[in-house]
Amino acid sequence: MNAIAESWSKLPRMLQVGIVLALIIATPYLIGAVEQTSNFALLSQINRALIFVVLALGLNIVVGFAGLLDLGYAAFFAIGAYTFGVLTWPNLGIQASFFIAIWICAVVAAFFGILVGTPTLRLRGDYLAIVTLAFGEIIPTLVRNLDEITIRIGDWVILDKFNLTNGPQGMNPLGRPDFSFFEGIFNMQPGALAVSFDPKFWYFMIVITAGFVLFASRRLDMSRLGRAWKAIREDETAADFMGVDPIRTKLLAFAIGASFSGLAGVIFASMIQAIFPELFRFQVSIFLLIIVIISGMGNVFGVLIGGLIISTFDGVLLAQVLPQILPDVDVQSLRWVFFGAGLIIFMIFRPQGLFPRKAKAAVIPTALAAEGGD
Amino acid sequence: MSLELELFIQQVFNGLTIGAYLGLIALGYTMVYGIIELINFAHGDLFAFGFFISLTIFTALGIPRPLEGFNLIVVLPLIFVVTMLLSGGLNVLIDRVAYKPLRNAPRLAPLITAVGMSFALEALFAIWQGPSQINYPRYFPQIDILRDWMGLEPQLLFITTKDLFLFGVTIPLMVGLTLFVDRTKLGKAMRAAAQDREAASMVGINVDRIIATTFFVGGALAGAAGLVWGLYINSGRFLMGFEAGLMAFTAAVLGGIGNIRGAVLGAFIIGLLKAMGDQYIGGAWSRIIIFAVLILLLVFRPSGILGSTQSIEKV
Repeated sequence: MNAIAESWSKLPRMLQVGIVLALIIATPYLIGAVEQTSNFALLSQINRALIFVVLALGLNIVVGFAGLLDLGYAAFFAIGAYTFGVLTWPNLGIQASFFIAIWICAVVAAFFGILVGTPTLRLRGDYLAIVTLAFGEIIPTLVRNLDEITIRIGDWVILDKFNLTNGPQGMNPLGRPDFSFFEGIFNMQPGALAVSFDPKFWYFMIVITAGFVLFASRRLDMSRLGRAWKAIREDETAADFMGVDPIRTKLLAFAIGASFSGLAGVIFASMIQAIFPELFRFQVSIFLLIIVIISGMGNVFGVLIGGLIISTFDGVLLAQVLPQILPDVDVQSLRWVFFGAGLIIFMIFRPQGLFPRKAKAAVIPTALAAEGGD
Repeated sequence: MSLELELFIQQVFNGLTIGAYLGLIALGYTMVYGIIELINFAHGDLFAFGFFISLTIFTALGIPRPLEGFNLIVVLPLIFVVTMLLSGGLNVLIDRVAYKPLRNAPRLAPLITAVGMSFALEALFAIWQGPSQINYPRYFPQIDILRDWMGLEPQLLFITTKDLFLFGVTIPLMVGLTLFVDRTKLGKAMRAAAQDREAASMVGINVDRIIATTFFVGGALAGAAGLVWGLYINSGRFLMGFEAGLMAFTAAVLGGIGNIRGAVLGAFIIGLLKAMGDQYIGGAWSRIIIFAVLILLLVFRPSGILGSTQSIEKV
């Protein structure tokens, strides 16, 4: 393993990037070939896994970087998806373009991040966890109830049984990316780029988003803000004394984390074309938290790999492969037994997670240290 | 008495019944949290376990219903004791398997094993008792107290022997637990361990045993709540522990987590909010109301109603 890592690091940078890009581009075609020979739905599972990676990267900012235990993160996922729903569901008549809606949704999700963050600023530890949990429970319930909104002031009816979210029936269909604008620019045949039903298309869409989010996470990790988050995580009082503004820092963690899941929500909604309140329940928040903690909190690449492993373990191995290997066993009902037992066993043997972040020893240049010693 | 007033009184009563069983579950949450600072997600599932195991015992013994005479006075309390012992034992076992190896691990590690344990337990319940709604036979005799015993003629109010039973079991258990923690030596050791585990072990308290005791007592109370629920509501499902646990945890936090009286107070507040919300605003909204009240309360009292402000520094 080390030998591979060593020879990898000796390769020129351009070649490294090239190999990674080639692998990423080849993946859907390779998987397509595997899908032809077996009857597993792999690519759509990988798309789902990648969406969970984007979500987990967002949660990683809140939990891993800033140390704010968030048990209701699925709420922002729901807000992203449902804002997209409101903007593109034909019954509401807005039908905004996908490429415009996605940014609006990210901003709306970030706004809600701040909204949740504000009342939690004074709270610490698990009290914060319960407020986020409460918010995570409120949003799906609210979405379920907002199908008959009536607002009346005296005799003046502002809204009468206005259907914003279509309640438990869910919203369907939703907008898809529309390329007619680009086709117009390049004088192409109309519909030439309309490939948005193909899982391969969504694969590339999600990979680009995941790449963006990964890049942003890496940059944030090493930025001044990232250091402020970690200072807050380690000791809020000390960080405050050192001049880190805890309010601003925490709110930025909530806002940026939420905006990532807003993006994920939009892509998810547009990909599966139908959203229901049930898709964003507490279990989703918990699943994401599992990814972040098992991957090793705060480690960006760890979350990427851990998210892929855990989602495929659940979506492919437990849900699809195991039933074929063990046709006599009722795997469906045992699935959660395995998943739960797997979590317990894993945590007992590796409580620090798969890829714990290596604490970099603070290196003080000798000259500076000598000066400080005087 | 006017209809509106009766309706209101009935809802207050309903709220208290919800609070009574939630309180039993919340006590276990708050005690475990007080000592090892773990949000024990699997705790609600012990409530479901109490429900299923007591149903299994009733069925295995083939007890006729409704319970009468000997069965009511001797067998029912025995089943109670057995259910509580088994639930408590299971909780100790859960602690041994999933939490004890992680006592000194990063704080979030036992949270994940708790979630894993909860998933596994729920799936096992589904295999054991089937995934659909389960009918719990009406073992406890139901007699309308106001009309049949007191000869009153209310229009709406409906209070039965089942309600008496519910309060007759839950209130003494809550009082008993409070006395146990406040007055006995073991309770004193528990409070010491909750304040400072290290210091407690230095003065000769066997902290491991105290933690096991806490899990046992918490599990037993949740199991009792499951049995009470079965006899009172007469139906349940393998996932019932999740919802109950969520509400009980909310109750514990509302009252100030780690505080025993706070857990009971929080449970009754949530019960009243739920009953009133169901009646006057609509069932679909009562969840939102409960959680909104929780958030608002924590904004103004960051450590719950009865939580000490010092606990903020502890984290």
